[in-house]
Amino acid sequence: MTEHYDVLVVGAGPAGLAAAQAAASHGARVGLVDAQARQGGQVWRHDAVHGTPRAASRAINASVGTRVPVTWLARHQVIAAQSQRLCAETPLGAVELSFGRLVIATGARELLLPFPGWTLPGVTGAGGLQALAKQGWPVRGKRVVVAGSGPLLWAAAASLRRHGARVLGIHEQASAAAMRAFALQLWRWPGRVAQALQLRAALHDVAHHCGSFVRRADGDAAVTSVQVTSGGTSMRVDCDLLAVGHGLVPNVALAGMLGCAMDRDGAHPVVQVDELLRTSVANIHAAGESCGIAGLSAARIEGRIAGHMAAGATAAATSLLRQRRHARRFGELLERHFALDPRLYALAEHDTIICRCEDVTLGALDGYTDARTARLATRCGMGACQGRVCGTALAQMGRFPRSDCRLPIFPARLATLADRASPPLPSRDSGDNHP
Amino acid sequence: MSRYDLIVAGAGIVGASCANEASIAGLRVAIVEPGPVGGGATACSMGHLVAMDDDPAELALARYSLRRWEAFAHLAEAEFSRCGTLWVARNDGEVAGIAARVARLNAAGGEAHAVDARTLYELEPALAAGLAGGMLVPAEAVVYPPRVAQHLVRCAQQRGARLHAGRSVRRLGRASVTLDDGSLLTGPVLLATGCALPRLLPQLPLRPRKGHLLITERYPGLLRHQVLELGYADSAHGDAASSVAFNVQPRPTGQLLVGSSREFDVEDPAVSPAMLQRMLRHAFRFMPALRQLQGLRAWTGLRPATPDGRPYLGAVPGHPDLWVAAGHEGLGVTTALGSARLLIDLLLGHAPAIDPAPYSPARVLA
Repeated sequence: MTEHYDVLVVGAGPAGLAAAQAAASHGARVGLVDAQARQGGQVWRHDAVHGTPRAASRAINASVGTRVPVTWLARHQVIAAQSQRLCAETPLGAVELSFGRLVIATGARELLLPFPGWTLPGVTGAGGLQALAKQGWPVRGKRVVVAGSGPLLWAAAASLRRHGARVLGIHEQASAAAMRAFALQLWRWPGRVAQALQLRAALHDVAHHCGSFVRRADGDAAVTSVQVTSGGTSMRVDCDLLAVGHGLVPNVALAGMLGCAMDRDGAHPVVQVDELLRTSVANIHAAGESCGIAGLSAARIEGRIAGHMAAGATAAATSLLRQRRHARRFGELLERHFALDPRLYALAEHDTIICRCEDVTLGALDGYTDARTARLATRCGMGACQGRVCGTALAQMGRFPRSDCRLPIFPARLATLADRASPPLPSRDSGDNHP
Repeated sequence: MSRYDLIVAGAGIVGASCANEASIAGLRVAIVEPGPVGGGATACSMGHLVAMDDDPAELALARYSLRRWEAFAHLAEAEFSRCGTLWVARNDGEVAGIAARVARLNAAGGEAHAVDARTLYELEPALAAGLAGGMLVPAEAVVYPPRVAQHLVRCAQQRGARLHAGRSVRRLGRASVTLDDGSLLTGPVLLATGCALPRLLPQLPLRPRKGHLLITERYPGLLRHQVLELGYADSAHGDAASSVAFNVQPRPTGQLLVGSSREFDVEDPAVSPAMLQRMLRHAFRFMPALRQLQGLRAWTGLRPATPDGRPYLGAVPGHPDLWVAAGHEGLGVTTALGSARLLIDLLLGHAPAIDPAPYSPARVLA
């Protein structure tokens, strides 16, 4: 079964929702694809108790409301891509989607740096625990330490409190000076100021430590305490849960499989786009965090630009460029002020597990200078996550870059891989893309 | 200029085995490998140690080699798992052929026996209904080839072999090679470069034969033997432009390795969705339970195939001090250790344990 769309948008977070709405406003037949059952992505994830955030509801209604001609393709996990077609796994089997133009809005995932004890039950990603709480996983009465870096920690802590968790403290690795400098710049983004004040009010009685990080987690069957280093001193904090996230990393696997060029200047590849969000491959656009971490506002404005472009409305897209540049500068601010302390890269010890799928320790990786050789010798990154966690951490730690993604992008039933219609290779027209 | 008793080009499972044998024999060895050790076809392979009986020469080499593999049964790096090989028959016609295959394997020391349909399903309940019977070779095993290659190279290095890592042979000289960094190594040369052989020695015909594999999540206990269809040899030894055969292996982790496919004249290493689909659909006919398993990763590899399916092992006529050990197609892991011993025996002027004539490169240069 092949379904064709003039514009196909992958990812129903803020960027994808905006792209779908913008493309549909020009009359294009638009499909919006996401692995989740509901729209919103990670940042606007539906909360089983508290519902969907207002801004998210507005964006969702504007994109896939009853009066909008966007086809919502829920629970479609894109597992393969070839030329002008994607293969998605759905609860009902394989679906092939073909497109005239594609908008990649695959967002970002959490960066988790390894430290002794990070694989203990009770240690989760900060965004990961937030998502679990929103889905109804019980955190009421649990003592939670929130640690790592970036604004996500505040959002996660606020969600956890709303669900009844006792947040013992937020440990931000960036220094107090860096945080002050960040706050002083924030006035340029009034939306961010409002959000920061809101979070601050919600967390007014939660201790916020700067220049502070968790150096190890301890416990037998599960985490029972963490060692926190702050300034020159170290202290033990007893807790039931540790939610730790070291920032976000762009999801670029789909773009990579389609042959889109990447910027590889930093620790992690980022989809290369021009100002109008065209990738190096004709008819493929990318928007939001997959083009570099810059937060919600940039994602929303880029989604609109990419959606307009995908519908051929260059003028509408061009009118948003100034807003985009402004929103992107927030990303630069984040990068500058939440830069990770290199001490975080040295927390893992010789016997700390790096690849939890295959139980590979840091010591087993000594002497390897590329991901493939290390993988062949140790199986690091060969397991279910295919290096999404360990490969990303090792890249951030400066060991070696992660290997490029291979088919399938996410684990898929063999039936899906076997049943997908065999796509003929259509000749790729040059389109109107830049050279 | 560096002088060696043997310069081994290529550190796949075959080159690594040859370098190890040569170092055991006391030779001063150089190993030249442009990529990771065991990173070519070796890394892409299933690591199934199996004897095929349809060519007597290939069977002799496989049996000779399998005996040598027993020395690795307790080596951690080998991840040796004696799962046995279970060949399945789709119909009475295939069952009828089993007796002759059992006889050939047993004559070569292979300990094979026929199993009826009832026993087949006792051994592997997940097989599709309606299969007619099969053949079990209990002593066969699987290994993890790239780590074995790395181990063999390390063993050779401990005996003084010099690994030129990240270097490739740019040019063959008379008892010498020039590397891509311009350095010159002198001494007898052994080409164990697999699919890269034609670049250095175009007179020996060799074609890449692409294969696909897929690995699943862990399903411990779902399958216990490496299971192949008896018709596998028709795919492996036929010369169709493309073919697929049912071949599934339980890894010691509980993961399943699903194969197999063969394609001539495809240079693109990308996974072909169409070929993957054909391979999987064929596998489902033998093991429907595969449909529901989660696949983690698919990949391809290029097997170095000679016109008659036998490897080139021996001296290259007309080229003094030039030797070759390449063209093992899909049996490089099985036959690597035997190939290496045979080659080094020939090099040293010793009488090999098996007749070397069927593998002589001279056969294609006549």
